[in-house]
Amino acid sequence: MAPHDLRRPFKRPAISDQQRRRELALLRQAQQRSDSHNRARQLASSLLSLPAADQPPSSPEPILEDQPIQIEPASPEPEPEPPEAAPTRDLNVVQASKLRGLEARRWFARQLMLPEWMIDVPPYLDRDWYVFARPAGMRCFVVSSNGTTVSRLRNGSVLHQFPSLLPSGARRKDLSGPAHSYCILDCIFHEPDQTYYVIDMVCWRGYSLYDCTAEFRFFWLNSKLAETGACGPPAAYHKYRFSVIPIYDCDQMGLQAAYAGVVPHVKDGLLFYNKHAHYQTGNTPLALVWKDEFSSQYFLDTDGTGQVPAQQQVVLELQDDGKLTTSDDPPVVFGCMDGEFLQKSNLRPGNLLRFAIGDESARLHDGRLEILDLQFVAKVNPRSRAFADSYSKVFFQYAARHSPLRIEDLIASIQPNLGDNSKTTDVDMDD
Amino acid sequence: MAMEVTQILLNAQSVDGSIRKHAEESLKQFQEQNLPAFLLSLSSELANNEKPVDSRKLAGLILKNALDAKEQHRKNELVQRWLSLDMGVKAQIKSYLLQTLSSPVNDARSTASQVIAKIAGIELPQKQWPELIGSLLSNIHQLQPHVKQATIETLGYLCEEVSPQVVDQDQVNKILTAVVQGMNASEGSPDVRLAATRALYNALGFAQANFSNDMERDYIMRVVCEATLSPVVKIRQAAFECLVAISSTYYDKLASYMQDIFNITAKAVREDEEPVALQAIEFWSSICDEEIDILDEYGGEFTADSDIPCFYFIKQALPALVPMLLETLLKQEEDQDQDEGAWNLAMAGGTCLGLVARTVGDDIVPLVMPFIEENITKPDWRQREAATYAFGSILEGPSPDKLTPIVNVALNFMLTALMKDPNNHVKDTTAWTLGRIFEFLHGSTVETPIITQENCQQILTVLLQSMKDVPNVAEKACGALYFLAQGYEDVGPASPLSPYFQEIIQALLTVTHREDAGESRLRTAAYETLNEVVRCSTDETAPIVMQLVPVIMMELHQTLEVQKLSSDEREKQNELQGLLCGCLQVIIQKLGSSETTKYAFLQYADQIMDLFLRVFACRNATVHEEAMLAIGALAYATGANFVKYMQGFYPYLEMGLQNFEEYQVCAITVGVVGDLCRALEDKILPFCDGIMTQLLKDLSSNQLHRSVKPPIFSCFGDIALAIGESFEKYLIYAMPMLQSAAELSAHAATADDEMLEYTNQLRNGILEAYSGILQGFKNSPKTQLLLPYAPHVLQFLDTLYNEKDMDDTVMKTAIGVLGDLADTLGSHAGPLINQSVSSKDFLEECLSSDDHLIKEAADWAKLAISRAIAG
Repeated sequence: MAPHDLRRPFKRPAISDQQRRRELALLRQAQQRSDSHNRARQLASSLLSLPAADQPPSSPEPILEDQPIQIEPASPEPEPEPPEAAPTRDLNVVQASKLRGLEARRWFARQLMLPEWMIDVPPYLDRDWYVFARPAGMRCFVVSSNGTTVSRLRNGSVLHQFPSLLPSGARRKDLSGPAHSYCILDCIFHEPDQTYYVIDMVCWRGYSLYDCTAEFRFFWLNSKLAETGACGPPAAYHKYRFSVIPIYDCDQMGLQAAYAGVVPHVKDGLLFYNKHAHYQTGNTPLALVWKDEFSSQYFLDTDGTGQVPAQQQVVLELQDDGKLTTSDDPPVVFGCMDGEFLQKSNLRPGNLLRFAIGDESARLHDGRLEILDLQFVAKVNPRSRAFADSYSKVFFQYAARHSPLRIEDLIASIQPNLGDNSKTTDVDMDD
Repeated sequence: MAMEVTQILLNAQSVDGSIRKHAEESLKQFQEQNLPAFLLSLSSELANNEKPVDSRKLAGLILKNALDAKEQHRKNELVQRWLSLDMGVKAQIKSYLLQTLSSPVNDARSTASQVIAKIAGIELPQKQWPELIGSLLSNIHQLQPHVKQATIETLGYLCEEVSPQVVDQDQVNKILTAVVQGMNASEGSPDVRLAATRALYNALGFAQANFSNDMERDYIMRVVCEATLSPVVKIRQAAFECLVAISSTYYDKLASYMQDIFNITAKAVREDEEPVALQAIEFWSSICDEEIDILDEYGGEFTADSDIPCFYFIKQALPALVPMLLETLLKQEEDQDQDEGAWNLAMAGGTCLGLVARTVGDDIVPLVMPFIEENITKPDWRQREAATYAFGSILEGPSPDKLTPIVNVALNFMLTALMKDPNNHVKDTTAWTLGRIFEFLHGSTVETPIITQENCQQILTVLLQSMKDVPNVAEKACGALYFLAQGYEDVGPASPLSPYFQEIIQALLTVTHREDAGESRLRTAAYETLNEVVRCSTDETAPIVMQLVPVIMMELHQTLEVQKLSSDEREKQNELQGLLCGCLQVIIQKLGSSETTKYAFLQYADQIMDLFLRVFACRNATVHEEAMLAIGALAYATGANFVKYMQGFYPYLEMGLQNFEEYQVCAITVGVVGDLCRALEDKILPFCDGIMTQLLKDLSSNQLHRSVKPPIFSCFGDIALAIGESFEKYLIYAMPMLQSAAELSAHAATADDEMLEYTNQLRNGILEAYSGILQGFKNSPKTQLLLPYAPHVLQFLDTLYNEKDMDDTVMKTAIGVLGDLADTLGSHAGPLINQSVSSKDFLEECLSSDDHLIKEAADWAKLAISRAIAG
């Protein structure tokens, strides 16, 4: 019980430099530990496939020098793509976002999920599917990383490079998070109001959503995008507005709302997404596109001048053996070129060729479309499109001219109490 | 059974070394051969009034040391040893001790009361010796003052040793009644009154209920205040100590006594002897501490449910308190700046003034300014120094708006005084005040800069010049430069210091070489400032920092070449090595953190590593710690190439991990293992058997300071993340340890803030381990091995959530673990995760957190879970 010492620190900083060194070291270690945990979390969850190294090496091609590409106004709808046959190696999205030129175009061209055309109504539309109005415009991938935002069209070429309020989307001190904080959005750029309509979210702040259900991705999209301010009007660090689209459960009300509801953009048909489907790159029957004359000015394919040709036209790929195929996997054969014509015309395997189909030269047989006579029109400029038409597109266009799937058919399919509801659909998950 | 030990005890205090040594040896043998007889003999010696006082005192001291030790591990052993002794022996010992309380010999009584309290500290929590307090209390009514004095002293020590929960309220009331009655002015014996006043100091913690009762509190306070007026100095001092303790323990009960206490303390400060006056000042410093804490915690906003409201005692007392404190500033001692242990009225008063400024802010400025203006130019150095000290003291607390105009006027005056004042004491305080100006009013967060392009050069010229002054002034000048540099920490690429950078470094190096740099901590201050200057340097001066590398290396090299030192010289040498390693650490971290400088710096890596390894060969804890920290920074800069140093470094790494005694070294080494894991990744694998063995040993040891355990768990995570599925073989050891630690830490069940903080550190370590292990196994075919542990991990998370006492760091780590579990185990863990509370309520709470790190981790967890459940 001796008197206790009451001396207080006098004319001294409260903390010694040694203690400061210790604390700074601990701080550095804690930061680095946290960084490596974050890296571990992202690396393994965002692995994507990239064309293998044995693909033709690309010449360095600065993004901004990309030549303007011609968009076929007649078919702004994404096309199915050929199956990925080349061996792939794993690559992080971060690395992918650093790719330049041709390599980047090739990579990004394969990253979009491409809906098939709706040729019949899937069962349990009201329970398992979402519906929303598709804005008319250019489908693109928007990547924000390292303080910039780049939008790329389906063929991989750059549409815009610009600052945005997306995470890491602009060089601003208060916004630029860690370098890994990139985002990838699936969008449609709508020219009239210069707005990116976001139709899907693929990566957000470095976290991959590829393996998440559409239900989750749409939930995430709706809750996260607005937080960033990216839906606000253009500003100094935010060149284009982003916008979400109202997404409805595909019941009668939802379908009506998507079909007839007033939206700020020009409509180009309806998109249907299966709620349980993951984001699957390439062609998938778990996302569907449907159009009619009311909901789209592109109901029937138009030609280069915006006119609807008198006869239906298709683009098919010429194979080694002269067969003409769609882009499906496995490809569907619609016809064959004779060798003599080939020799004269200087066409090569791999070329995309446009054909017209006479009114009487196609028919439905056991639910399959068969084409009896293809009339060669022209070779397609490879810069304007990368892939042949899919079977579902050819079918849809054929049906559109003869017996279209009407909105009434869709509504009828979701009348309440149609038969046995207890049976569940086995949804084919992609893994 | 008791033996005659008098002669041995006297011999043990002999001036003759060999006799002493022999006696100590005999005592040790006796203790080892027959502990009960040994203790019994000692207590009998202590109780025997026929024996010499010296042998009795030593007997009591050895008894006390047989019951308690500073070191926790040893203490526990001694407690167990006592509890396992034969009951009869213990009863006999206790009886001797109680008997000693009546001895006419003061030293014997006093020693016995301490031993009784130690035994009470062991036995009362075990519900043993229930009659002790009763029998002590019955002594109180004895008429002999010396017995009463010893009994009250024993009660005081008992309150110090035993926690209040162990004693029931009825006995507490009786103890307090006895103690407070003993303090009363009516008590005839000053010895009893002093013992009672000191006993009350220890018993205050027991008086919660009594302080909540107005009548009892009034009575206690009246007796304490009366005791401050006792004619005996020691009683007055002890009474003020009670007031200081009351001010922090019962702050919220003081309102109605403050006027009286102010009068008492003011009188003591002005008129009483120094030890009493110092306690009186301490009362006000302690009230400031309380109010600063309360205002910090509640940010000035009090609602009905605030735990402790602020009574603004300081604000109310301000007009009288400030003049009283200013008077004390004029009572300096001649050479107080050279005396490390000095503590006097002026120092205490100035310190209190600084606390008052922090408590009330702007209000203090108009009360102090007239004193400064009046005194700062006076011919008497005491007045100039007091005025400067007053100014320096009030720089923390008031707003920059209030202070900046004054500082702008004063700055030039201060710079001139630092150069020209004839008095060292004034210069010392002036340099210190400049440092305070830079610390609180200079930096990127200050709106109106004090330092401009115009005066920056002048300030530097004065400070660098002043660094050549006498050591205590030079040390303060270094301190001022430290804060000047710190203020430019995030100034951007062009620092105003850059043009003078070379000159500053040179001046600091010159200081470190001064003959008298050992005085007044000058060398240390110079290196610390050098470190801060380097830390806050920018890219433009990186080449100069680079040139510093070989200079510091050479200095370190020279300290390693010197042979044959006296122990005093060796201590100084070690201190210097510590400073040099610390400096190298700062430089490595600076140059290693930028890609542009890293590669140029790495040319020195081999040589630096060589030096560090030689430093390790000298055995000194501080030096080891500094070198270890530096190596951590070096590993980070070097990356995977560090593997070439591992063979040479590993023995010292292992040594560091085994250093139980200097636990700071052990803790730092554990952190360095983490650095190595991140630098080497799977190349650390060959060393992992050894490292894991050491870490597991550390965890099982009850000798190792507990603060090292959380970082060890985190380190498991670092290792697992680095070596991935190769961690498999450590799972059977690491997982059970994590599991039992998790169970222990899940329920902190304590209101003790310090314990809760530790518990949260432990939780965080455990969770970081889980994260690292889960992530390390991700995408491995051996993921299945972790599945059996998943239920426990989830249960741990659920418990943490239900306990509701996690801090933000734990919350962030915990929700991240949930994500890692889902991510690594995927659909295998889906159903388990679905059942857990964590995946629902906890996740929801984290998703809506304001803390963006928690939110980010929660986003990740939600994603991972949705994937795991979607399969």
